[in-house]
Amino acid sequence: MKAIPRALLVVDAAAFLMLVAASVMVFAYAPIERVMGPVQKVFYFHVAAGWVGMLAFFAAVVAGVAYLISKKPIWDLVGVGSIEIGIVFMLINIITGSIWARPIWNTWWTWDPRLTTATIMELVYAAYLMLRSGIDEPERRARFGAVYAIIGFISVPLTFLSIRIFRTIHPVVVGGNDPSVDGSFSMTPAMAQTFAFSLVTFSVLFVSLLWHRIRLGQLAEKVERLKLKLVQ
Amino acid sequence: MDAPAETMGYMLAGYGVIYGLMLIYFVSLVIRWRNLRQDEQTLEELDKEKTT
Repeated sequence: MKAIPRALLVVDAAAFLMLVAASVMVFAYAPIERVMGPVQKVFYFHVAAGWVGMLAFFAAVVAGVAYLISKKPIWDLVGVGSIEIGIVFMLINIITGSIWARPIWNTWWTWDPRLTTATIMELVYAAYLMLRSGIDEPERRARFGAVYAIIGFISVPLTFLSIRIFRTIHPVVVGGNDPSVDGSFSMTPAMAQTFAFSLVTFSVLFVSLLWHRIRLGQLAEKVERLKLKLVQ
Repeated sequence: MDAPAETMGYMLAGYGVIYGLMLIYFVSLVIRWRNLRQDEQTLEELDKEKTT
């Protein structure tokens, strides 16, 4: 396997430095929200993690379509890598949302439309990894993965729009600000800058992680080829 | 004016989960990579032995 490309090292360094800078902005630059207190700061990385989760699932759709058209195995690696990363970040999103909800809604969990659709989405993609691992034949596995990623993506817009189309207690901070909802707040300029920077930071982090995950998949394929060569 | 709610513990728990899960995923990538490299080296040695 080739050494880590210089461009990937640059992306890694950028992701790390931006994550440090975003953390400094969250803890030292963004003001403490006057009603919720420090727990509101969870919002910056909570939303950024949700953004990366949905971005990753969208990337898996693009990879799925590209695989079905081209049949190139690299697109299968992009797809499975994206979904794996998406699951991790959606898990961060769901758990941090629950932690935020405890002092604000006075409960760790409620079957609100947003929480329910986000959980279904997470389970849909967790099932992808489980079902995929049960298929031995690489081409069949890749075809299944591509089709599943495309169909499973239905859960993403449903989750995103759930707080806009259903009655929900989840606040809509961007593009809607109902002050009667527990946990809603108006962003000051410093909050908006921290939020925007966190979104960009997590996007760069996603690129870095996906690139590493693709390389890992390529190495796994090489090991499989060597195994097959030895048993022949 | 009322002071903000005392929710520092929840914020720290939230960021603990965020950094913790990201670290776990990063470590899982490193471990999987290291194991595959070991497998690759072993298989290449076996392949050499087989061909000689």
